[in-house]
Amino acid sequence: MNFQLSEERQMMQDSLRRFLADRYSAAQRDESVSNAIGFAPQIWAQLADLGILGALLPEDVGGYGGKGFDLSTMFEELGRAGVVEPVLDTAVLCGTLLASDPQGKGAALIEDLIAGNVQLAFAHGEVNSRYERLWVATRASAYGDDIVLIGRKSVVVNAAGADHLIVSARESGDIDDREGLSLFLVDTKAEGLQMRSSALLAGGCAAEIDFDNLRIPSSARIGPAGGASEMTEAALAAAEVALAAETLGAMETATQLTMDYLGTRQQFGRPIGSFQALQHRVADMLIELEQARSAVINAAGHLEEQPAMRDRHIAAARNLIARAGRKIAEEAIQLHGGIAMTAEYELAHFAKRIILAEHRFGDADTQLERFIDLSAA
Amino acid sequence: MDLNYSAEELAFREEVREFLREELPTDLSDAVREGRSIGKEGHERWHSILNARGWLAPNWPRAYGGCAWNAVQRHIFEEECCRAHAPRIVPFGLTMLGPVLQKFGSDAQRDYFLPRILSGEHWWCQGYSEPGAGSDLASLRTRAVRDGDHYVVNGQKTWTTLGQYANWIFCLVRTDPDAKQQEGISFLLIDMDTPGIEVRPIILLDGTHEVNEVWFTDVRVPVENLVGEENQGWTYAKYLLTHERTNIAGVGFSQAGLDAVKRLARQQMHRGRPLAENPHFAARLAQVEIDLMAMATTNLRIISAAAAGQAPGVESSMLKVKGTEIRQEINDLARRAAGAYAMPFASEALEGDNSNLAQPEGTAAVSAQYFNNRKLSIFGGSNEIQKNIIAKVKLGGRT
Repeated sequence: MNFQLSEERQMMQDSLRRFLADRYSAAQRDESVSNAIGFAPQIWAQLADLGILGALLPEDVGGYGGKGFDLSTMFEELGRAGVVEPVLDTAVLCGTLLASDPQGKGAALIEDLIAGNVQLAFAHGEVNSRYERLWVATRASAYGDDIVLIGRKSVVVNAAGADHLIVSARESGDIDDREGLSLFLVDTKAEGLQMRSSALLAGGCAAEIDFDNLRIPSSARIGPAGGASEMTEAALAAAEVALAAETLGAMETATQLTMDYLGTRQQFGRPIGSFQALQHRVADMLIELEQARSAVINAAGHLEEQPAMRDRHIAAARNLIARAGRKIAEEAIQLHGGIAMTAEYELAHFAKRIILAEHRFGDADTQLERFIDLSAA
Repeated sequence: MDLNYSAEELAFREEVREFLREELPTDLSDAVREGRSIGKEGHERWHSILNARGWLAPNWPRAYGGCAWNAVQRHIFEEECCRAHAPRIVPFGLTMLGPVLQKFGSDAQRDYFLPRILSGEHWWCQGYSEPGAGSDLASLRTRAVRDGDHYVVNGQKTWTTLGQYANWIFCLVRTDPDAKQQEGISFLLIDMDTPGIEVRPIILLDGTHEVNEVWFTDVRVPVENLVGEENQGWTYAKYLLTHERTNIAGVGFSQAGLDAVKRLARQQMHRGRPLAENPHFAARLAQVEIDLMAMATTNLRIISAAAAGQAPGVESSMLKVKGTEIRQEINDLARRAAGAYAMPFASEALEGDNSNLAQPEGTAAVSAQYFNNRKLSIFGGSNEIQKNIIAKVKLGGRT
């Protein structure tokens, strides 16, 4: 039993933390958020230089072969600093999908991805899919050597800044069948693709995307025809571990800001942190934070396990973090008072990040249902 | 014990409903239902419609142009207004300052200000909180120094709601820095057009501009704008706060909010069925509804006692805590119901432009409202302060 980070991971954590402390101020975050694509290209280039984008990709495609704990260590730092750049979407979600088909057309993109020269988005969720992982109505039909896509994708994060989308579509089967699901690489400038992007409340962008008879060559397929369910679930698993760790990092910062404020804010002639009613609430936040940290460790430690065990631990972590995160975000605002309601004060960003993280890949109830299903299996 | 309204009360409810059916403009009720801002013009339009009917000041005596409704009638009116998605009555002049002037103001102040509150000529805002004086309001530091026929005011107020629309502000100012905290405070009425006043916007975490900082630099205020006696302002301030706490439970808001969540949960799909049928979501919804049903009755018990002439005590603190917890829980359910559509920030939807909205109906404002309504447990005396009051009154003498 050893809960220390390895020397290598410790070094990665230190260098990333140092970089973000130096370069990722609240002003930088505001600049990233206010950009129409939801991030700052110069920060992206620097993250690439640090080796962050390739850290998690397998060595055979040019990455560094990172594991679950590398992922969680990295994203905890990104979350702690409130980084809005789409590392999760481009590098984790789409990078994992591309890497799972090393012979495929997308593999050529990985080099560019690691170098920071390409942006990607996974166009998977749909209007009625809610958080179901394989609920896909978008159709892919063969026309000779071509594929024609028809359908609509919803809340596609990072689409506005993306060069390519990875689109999930059904070549056969019913809406939630495991069989029949395929993935396609689509240029965001392709004919027949209509995108309406809006900013996200916690930073970044997402788009509604319509595919109106969009024609692509069948070589744009990533992975086996009709057999992409497993790779989709594996990529989502990595993304969920990343998101859980990122949320943990944001919860640490929210708690830290709250403790600092309680020590400095004076009312009734003394620091408000001297009131026992508030002290106990900080104690509760700290207890929840340690629970969240352990939940992330459990999830990250099982990312390389077989899918049922992997997903059961991930569902557990994300359910716990949804609950603990809500408590910490709401308590951090309440213990601050009015100042926390202002956009200008940094806590606002972290509170929004923590709460809205629950709306990606499954909220507390969805994770609970997954955990129950996977525990019965 | 009888849970039913009397025949007169039911007739009154019908009268209110008919009025709202006929007079409430649909563009305003649509905006309120969808969580959009109605702007200064929208508020003024609704006020003038109510004023034309004589219903703008439910709590004022008839002599001043009010309705002199009792607590039950006021409750029925508020409940029906919420149900119809009417804009809320902007409270600063009507609910807060009006009663203070009626009780403590001079004849000249009453004659001048009260009709202008009703007509809308004056839009009031509240100058209470300061950066260093929040829960500890009595520590406020904005100074007013007497200079001939004027007070000269210097300092800063904050969290001034809708101050950007206001042309008058009522302020708590320190007139005697040497007295005990509560005893050196005065209540001043200040024309916002006076030189030396600067209003700076505060943008909230949901991107909205509803509160402001108000800065005073050598602002000269005529002494006749002092309410009551110098250094007695704390008494008037506390009187005003008891009025700020009417309808504190927000039952009508919660009922309207719960209806909206139910609508959304019927539209949003989960595994091919409406989310409303999902047992976990249904349980969350039921839990809040059960709490709300009980609180609505607590609220009616207190209103009924108030109508019979009993002044509410710690009960209003209890209603504030429970009422805001329930409203916030409903906001939480709304964001849950929206699923991934809780993430986009549809600022254009909040401003009234739905034309290019990519997301399903009823989802655009849910997250902004969830974050915005975190204020409910902070303002109007934070829920911690309310619990202090409850504990002090109920435990007092035992510890």
